Formats: sequence, structure tokens, C-alpha cells
Amino acid sequence: MIDEIAARFPYWATAVLLVVGLYGMMGKRSLVKQVIGLSIFQSAIILFFISGSLLEGATIPILYSVHGEGHANPDDFVNPLPHVLMLTAIVVGVAITGVALSFLVSIYREFGTLDERELLDEVRG
Amino acid sequence: MSDTFASGLPLAAVLVPVGAAALASLTTGRWPNLRDAWATLAGIAMVAITVVLLVETLDDRIHRTVLLDLALGIDSPNITIALRADPAGMMFGVLVSVLWVLAGIYAVGYMRGEHEQKQTRFFTAFALSIAAAAGVALAENLLTFVLFYELLSLFTYPLVTHRETESALVAGRKYLAYTLSGGVMLIGAAAWLHVLGVDATFRAGGFLDGAGLDSVTQWVLFGLLAGGVGVKAAVMPLHSWLPSAMVAPTPVSALLHAVAVVKAGVFGMVRVGVFVFGASVLDDMGAWLVLAVMSAATLLIGSTLALRHDNLKRRLAYSTISHLSYIVLGVALIGPLALTGALLHIVGHGVTKITLFFVAGAIHVKTHKENVSELDGIGRQMPITMGAFALASLSMVGIPPFILFTSKWYLGWGAVEVGQEPFLIVYLVSGMLSAAYLFPIIIRAFARRSPDHTRFGEADIRMVAPIAVTAVLALVWGVAPDLPLGFFELASTVAADAFPPSVALAGGTP
Amino acid sequence: MDPQPQLPVFIVGAPLLFAVVVPVLGRVWRHSAFLIALATVAVAAVASALSLELVLRQGAFSYYLGGWAPPVGIEYVIDEVSALVSLVITSVSFLVLISTRRWAEREAGDRPGIFYGLVLLLLAGLTGIVVTGGLFNLFVFLEIASLAAYALVFIGGRKAMLAGFRYLIIGSIGGAFYLLGVGFVYFATGTLNMIEARELLEVTENARAAQVGAVFIFAGLGLKMALVPMHLWLPDAYEHAPSSVNSLIAPVMTKVAAYAMLRMFLSVFPAGFLSGSVPVADALLILGLIGIVFGSIAAAGQTDIRRMLAYSSISQLAFIAVGIGLGTPLALAAALLHIVNHAAMKATLFLAASSIRLRVGLQRTHNLTGLGPRMPLTMGAFAIGSVAMVGIPPTAGFFSKWYMVQAGLDEGQWIVVAVVLLSSLLTAVYLFKVLEQAYLRPAKPEPSAHHDAEQGGSADAAARPSEQAMRPVVERAREAPFDVWLPLVLLAAATVGLGIANVVIMEHVLLPGVS
Repeated sequence: MIDEIAARFPYWATAVLLVVGLYGMMGKRSLVKQVIGLSIFQSAIILFFISGSLLEGATIPILYSVHGEGHANPDDFVNPLPHVLMLTAIVVGVAITGVALSFLVSIYREFGTLDERELLDEVRG
Repeated sequence: MSDTFASGLPLAAVLVPVGAAALASLTTGRWPNLRDAWATLAGIAMVAITVVLLVETLDDRIHRTVLLDLALGIDSPNITIALRADPAGMMFGVLVSVLWVLAGIYAVGYMRGEHEQKQTRFFTAFALSIAAAAGVALAENLLTFVLFYELLSLFTYPLVTHRETESALVAGRKYLAYTLSGGVMLIGAAAWLHVLGVDATFRAGGFLDGAGLDSVTQWVLFGLLAGGVGVKAAVMPLHSWLPSAMVAPTPVSALLHAVAVVKAGVFGMVRVGVFVFGASVLDDMGAWLVLAVMSAATLLIGSTLALRHDNLKRRLAYSTISHLSYIVLGVALIGPLALTGALLHIVGHGVTKITLFFVAGAIHVKTHKENVSELDGIGRQMPITMGAFALASLSMVGIPPFILFTSKWYLGWGAVEVGQEPFLIVYLVSGMLSAAYLFPIIIRAFARRSPDHTRFGEADIRMVAPIAVTAVLALVWGVAPDLPLGFFELASTVAADAFPPSVALAGGTP
Repeated sequence: MDPQPQLPVFIVGAPLLFAVVVPVLGRVWRHSAFLIALATVAVAAVASALSLELVLRQGAFSYYLGGWAPPVGIEYVIDEVSALVSLVITSVSFLVLISTRRWAEREAGDRPGIFYGLVLLLLAGLTGIVVTGGLFNLFVFLEIASLAAYALVFIGGRKAMLAGFRYLIIGSIGGAFYLLGVGFVYFATGTLNMIEARELLEVTENARAAQVGAVFIFAGLGLKMALVPMHLWLPDAYEHAPSSVNSLIAPVMTKVAAYAMLRMFLSVFPAGFLSGSVPVADALLILGLIGIVFGSIAAAGQTDIRRMLAYSSISQLAFIAVGIGLGTPLALAAALLHIVNHAAMKATLFLAASSIRLRVGLQRTHNLTGLGPRMPLTMGAFAIGSVAMVGIPPTAGFFSKWYMVQAGLDEGQWIVVAVVLLSSLLTAVYLFKVLEQAYLRPAKPEPSAHHDAEQGGSADAAARPSEQAMRPVVERAREAPFDVWLPLVLLAAATVGLGIANVVIMEHVLLPGVS
């Protein structure tokens, strides 16, 4: 049982981070904490992709003079594609976080608070 | 056999009123005479077109216009949106166009006499409703029928709510709820038939005859189709929109109750009974009995309820409910004579009931009286109007030689022909009830003396003339139903097509 | 080299490029922003139209971005469906942009360049989603479009700020779920190309992981397309968004999410993959049926036109979900036809709403009394849009329902047939309520209104004067200016035209596209 969990621990970490992130977005009154939750959520997915591409004992996929030593064994190299994808995903995540933070600045200037319940009262009242 | 060929005339019959609507709405209230002239001119044009089509149809040359070809690359039969001037459709089409001219002239007199608001919208919607009714009449298949049936609901909605009072709006909502539900049922049925691979082109004798559907499917389809058209035919318990819709101005009531809407319903019933299911299928299913019992009940209850109402228009509304079921019962009896009677009754009731409504409107314009109990002595002040009312009442009751006598004669004979004498008794009882709710009005109008001594005369000529014409038509068509439009020949053609001699039941052809 | 296969890059690339150029030029010359944005959308629309024509002539084709062939490079797939949907998006946007220019000038303040830059970014994202052939690429475009939409909603004022932030949080969750799902599919198949993924999924032994991925993908896209019960963000966002924005995002934004959902069925997951132990299709079907009824009923209870239309959108998107859930070619084609039809119908209704707001300033349904004759073109377009939504033949709405009913009957799904038919009645309830107010109520306050005010409680009496004070606005209302009503009338005509042309679209574009 322990071994099972340990062997797949990146997945469990991903699941835990997803839940933490969701809790942050859904359960917290502070809009700042919601944005933090969103970041955690996105990080979890990045972790998932990276851990999925990991290969025990493999190295970076940069080949030195393959031609001289026969064909390279794919098992010796980490799959580079998820890393590249995650670079893009990080950029997307940063953009979202940036937009969210700029929203927060505007909201704070307009209402003087970032507490969701107070904001709702303000808007409805 | 008749031969069918492509022609623009059926489409023209539908487009002429659309053009009138467009011209009327462009002319607006700035030139009211010109605006109202369009309807009359278009009406005359439409009569000309339908008469030409009629002559062609009687010569077995069926004109047909294909509007859209819905040929889909899926494994279902092709659907076309097409109009076709077949004998049954021509009966309704000619009736609509003739009564539109009269109702159009009458409406001008009425709307101006009552100083109604938003007359441009009124005349536009009126003409569009006529176009939709013409489309219903000439629809070649079920989908085309549904299309115009829905448009008819839509275009008559502003007419029902024309007065814009709270009660008119409530009536309008009710009207829309009933008729759109009916339309949805028809759409469901049409889609299902398409999926089942049945070619839904109307065919005398029924396109489901020989389609090989199992009985559950047939019953569900029957429920959807008969329910869908039954709403507009006001078969109980689907009738309640009709008395409510009485809040509309009288020309609208005339349009709803004599020309377009309810007649589209009963005409739909003819289409469903004869052209969708056909005699043998209805007979095998036993569905005719359900329809017959429901319509017989509506017939009697409607007549009885008419007795209770003092408001003249409401009384006429219940009378309409009852008379529509004459037609539905005639369809349900599935015999050639009963069908002939039912088709003649569509025409006869149209022209008779429109007279009665016209009179009710004329009385309202002149005196603002709405109740039967207020009509004492009115016959002396408005002799032509009330004389026409008397003629129409005689026709409603079924006194010879009026047209409704002819149609009732065939309906009753038809009931005997198929061995369903109980329904003959229903017809006779209802005829007596008609007398009971109409004759007291005539007696009041002519025999009693007016309580107040105010003098007033006949209504505007634009109202009196159509009243006189329709009353005379009820008499003329009774004496000679073939003059001049060949209704009897059309009706018997339809009946002969629907009941070919090989399957004719006892009694023979008339 | 044959120039034609370069077309796809204009559909996506032009808006993307000018999304950056417009803000810069807009600083130099304010009026250039609108004109350049409009020209860019026109270029994209023409490129879409030419692509569609090309597809119809010689079949679907691909465009390899930068010349890199898949699976390494990014592939744009132009088939019948994607060309048509991108044509609809760009042409509807073109008309909406013209019609809402006055609003944009008012709402974008002194920085129209930024506003139109965001609009172009949104369009770049949306068209990108439509034409892309890559799963991850779709994610990127989805987030580009969403980011632009968040920002556009946000500028609508105080209430919009909160709605926009909420939209951002929920939208990002949706995007993240989608990405997670893509991860599972990638690890199951080793590819991100849709067509290749489909081929591999048919033979894969690792179906379990891909099915888990499918669940995440559908949850993510379900959030984006506001599928009940994931719809909570939508009414607020649509109601409070600026008038120049909601008529742009309402017709196209959620529709594109629905299109992406459909794309998953069509191009990624093989038939039968999403039923059985992981009944995604059935879930979609059931949620769709619930959504149709829920959305319509909720819409009937609204007093603000935009909010009512927003709930109506939820109902209509659920209709598309039902089509996807049924999954037969006819049902998918019906869903696609509804995407097209609904884009036109909803654009008509939302544009009419913003035109009314331009002239009258009121958005409550009970304040529209007597507006029909005063703004004949606007309300006429609204009426045609309503009739089309209800689905009265021969308007566009009828035919998508017609095909959907047939698809339901084909599958023996009676409940689908019943709900779809019922939905037109429910739609009639809330739309005719508006028409009744606009056309059939007298413009002047009825005597009974005064009576009520005297009898009514203090709270009611407090509300009454402001409403009475508003009343003359309706009486003075004139028809909207030419550049506002012309696009509106064109869109209304399109709802009828699409109805009449539906056979052509179905036969030549959609049915070949889904089979």
C-alpha cells in the first residue's frame, strides 16, 4: 500500500495540489487568496505533465554525434515535448495571473476592499 | 386521372395577400383610403387566381408550385415544401379568398366606425393571416401544412390582442399557448413520419394506407396529428381559447371563426382523416370512433353552452365550437356522403357564421350593445342587417333550402350510410339546439318593441353590403351548391377520390 | 507556389497581428482603431469565405504552421465545418462591431485602441480554436480568447468588475481541467494531433487513461460553454458586460466552446469510446436536457433583457449539448446548424437590446411598453429573432429543431423529442413576454398604474417615481441611427435566410463534415 502510494507519489501530489487550489478559489473570501488558489491549481497541472514525462535514469534529449555511435536509444532520454508544452502553459498561467492581479488592483481602487462578501454587499446594496 | 404540372399560380395565391400586407404597411395611416384599398384590390386579384385554379382543378389539371426542395443526403424520403391546388384544398382556398374580399370591405367600415387604434397593423396582420390560410389550404404535404399552420398562429396573434386591454393580452397568451402547442404536436408528428420513411404527401385515401406501421405507432401519430389540428378545430377539451378570443374586434372574430383559423383546424382534420390516415386505416384502428364520440360530445355540449350565454359574440363562439364538430364528426364517420357533407359544411358554415358575426359587429358599431337581452326591437331599426341575421339563422338551423341544410342532409345521410344512426340523432338534436339559441334573438329583434326610443339606422354601407352578400350566398349555395364555384362538384370529387368505388360502403354514391 | 493554401493563416494571423498593432496606432490616431479592427475582421471573414469555397470545391485541407508537418508542427485543419463556423464567427463579429461602435466609443473611454486590440485578440483566439488541429494548440487559443473576454467583461463598470473576476476564476478552472485532460490523452497516445490521437485511441490498450482524460476535457469545456450546472458565471457576466461586448461574446464565445466540445467527438474520441463505463455522452445528453428546461424557465423569470437572454443562451447551448450527446451524424449536424443559427439569432437579440439601451437606457422588460412603433426596425429585428428562437418555420430556429427531433426519433430517444419540442413553447413564454410589452401595451401609463401607486406600500411607492420619471424617455425614443440598425436588420434577415438556405448548408457543408 505504502509502496503503491510512494511509486505514484507525483500523481498524489498533483491531486492534493488540485484540491488545495480548488479550495482556495471556492472556499476563500479574499480575492487575493482566490488568485493564489488559481496559481496552485495551474502548478499542479504543470507538475502532472512534467512527472508524466519523467524516465528513471534518462537524461536530457541532446545528442552528441549520434552518427558515430549508432542509433540513440529513446529510453535514455526524457521526452522533451511535455516540457515544451509546459513552458507555454506557464506563459498562459502567468498571463492569467497577471490579468487577475490587474483586476484586483482596479477592484481595490473602486471599492476599497478585496473581501468577496463585502464586495457583494457593495454591489447589491 | 388528373395530371399535375408545375405552375406559379398556387404560389401567387399565397403571395398576393403578402403583397397586400407589404403595401398596406408601407402606405401607413397617412393615406388610410389607399391602405385599405390594397386589401380589396388584392382580394379581388386573389379571387381571380383561385377561380382560375378552380376551373383548372375541375378540369383535372392540378397546378403545383415547389418552393423548396429539402432533398437531404440522409436515408429518409425527400421532403419538398410545395403548394398544390387539389380539389379539397381548392374548396378551402376559394372560400378564404371570397370571404377575404367581403371581410376586408367590412373591416374597413368596422374599424373606422369603432375608431380602432393601429389600423395599419391590423390590416397588415389580417392580410398575412389570409396568406397563411391560403398556404394551409394549398399545402401539398404535411410539412408545408405545418409551416403555414404555425405562421397562421403567429399572424393572428396580433389580431386577437388588437385591443391591447388586459383581457385581450390574457386571451392572446392563451391563444398562443394553445395554438403553438398544437403546432408543436404537428411538428413532432411530421418529424416522426419523416424518420419512419413515410412520404408525407397528402393523398386521397391516406398516405399511411399501406405504409405498414404498427398499431401503437399509428395511435401515437393519430394522437399527435388529431390533437394538433384539434386545437384549432376547437374540439373539446381543446376549445377554451376560442371563447376567450372573443375580446378581439369583430372582423377578427369573423376571420378566426369563419374563415381562417378554425377552418384551418377542421380542414386539417379533413387532411388528417382522409389524406393522412384514410378510411381503411382509421377503420382498422378504430380511431374513428374516438374522434366521433369526442366530436359528438363537443357538438352537444357546445350547443347547450351557447344557450347559456347572453353575450351575442360568446353565444356565436359556442355555436362555432358546436358546428366545427359537425365537420369533424363528418370526417370521423368515414363514408363518402358524410365527407361530402363535411366539406360542404366547411363552406356553408363559413359563409353563414361570417354573416352572424358581421351582424354582431354592425350592431356594436351602431349601438354598442353586446348582449342578446338588449336587442329588443332592433330589427325595425336595422331591417337589412337583422334580415340577414334571420336568413343566416335559418341556415344555421338547417332549414331548406339554405346551404347548411344541404350539408347537414349529406352528413345525416352519411351517418345512416355507414350504419351509425345514433350520430344522426346527435345531428338532429343539435339542429334543434341551434334553433333554441338563435331564434329567440330574431323574435326579440322583430317582435318586441324597443325599450328606449332612440332612432338609429343601418350601419355604414361598407358593413351592410358584405352582410347582405354573405346572407344571399348562404341561400344561393343552398339552392345550387355548384353555382358559380362548383363546391358540390369539388366535394364529391374529393369523396370519390377518397372512397374509390371498389371500397365504397353500402349506400352508393349520391 | 499556389497561394490558396495560405488562407488559414489569414483567418487567425490577421486578428492576432493587428491585436498588437491596433493599440499602438490607436494612441497615434484614435479613429484608426475602429477602422483597422473592422478591416482586420473583414480580412478574416473573406479568408474564411474563400476557405469554405475551396473546401467545397476540393475537400478538406491542412495548413502546416511554419511549414512544420505534424506531429511536430502545428496543423490547421480546414474542413467544411471549421470553415463554416469561422465564417459565421467573423461575419457576425463584423456586423456587431459596426453596430456597437457608438457603445464602444462611450465604454472604452479614451483608449479605443486597447478595446479593439482586445476584440481582435478574442477573435484570434476564437478562430484559432475553430481551425486548429492540435489538442494543446486548442488550449492556448482557448486561453487567449478567454483572457480577452475576461478583460472585455471587466470594463463594464462596478458590477461588471466582480462578474469579470468571477468569470476569470471559473474560466481558468475550465481551461486547467481541459489541459489536465489533454495530459491524460497525451500520455495514453503520445500525440497531440487530433486526427492522429483518434487513430491511436482506436487501437490503444491504455483506454482507461484516455477516458479519464475525456472526463476532464468535457468538464473543462462544459464550464466554458456554461453547461448546467456549470453555468453560474454566465448570467452575471452577460448582464453586466458592456453593451459593446455582450453582443459580441454572447453569440460567439460560448458557441465556440460548444464547437470545441463537438470537435472532441468528431475528431478526437472514436465513436463508442465515450459510452459504456465512462458515459460522457449520456451525461452530456442528460445535462443538456436539464439545461434546456432550466434555462428557459429561469429566463422567463428575469426582468432584465440581457439577463433573460443570458439564461436563454444557457438553454440554447444545452440544446447543442443534447445534439453532441446523441452523437449520430444527423444529431451532430443539427447541433452544428444550431451553433450557426444561434449565433445569428442571439446576435440579433443582443444587438437589439443594446440598440434599445442606446435610445432608451432601460433594460427592464416592463419598461419597454410601447417601444415597438417607436423603434420599428430595432423591435422588428427583435421580433424576427424571437420568432426564430421559438422555432416557427421558415426561420432558422425551426430547422435545427426539426433535425434534432429527427435525430432523437432515429435513436428512439423520446425524452429528447419531447424536451426539444417543449423548449420552443418555453422559449415562446419569455420572448413573447417582451414582444407583448413592446407592441401591445399602450405607451402611456395606464390609469390603473396611478391607482396602484396610491394604494401600494411605501417601498413600492419609492420605486414608482423613478419609473414614472423614466417613462417619457420611451415616448421620445427614436429609431436608432443608421449604422446601428443596418447590421441589426441584416442579421435579422440572416436568421430567415439561414432557415431557407438550411438545406444547402446541411447537405453540402454539415453532413459531409460530420461523416
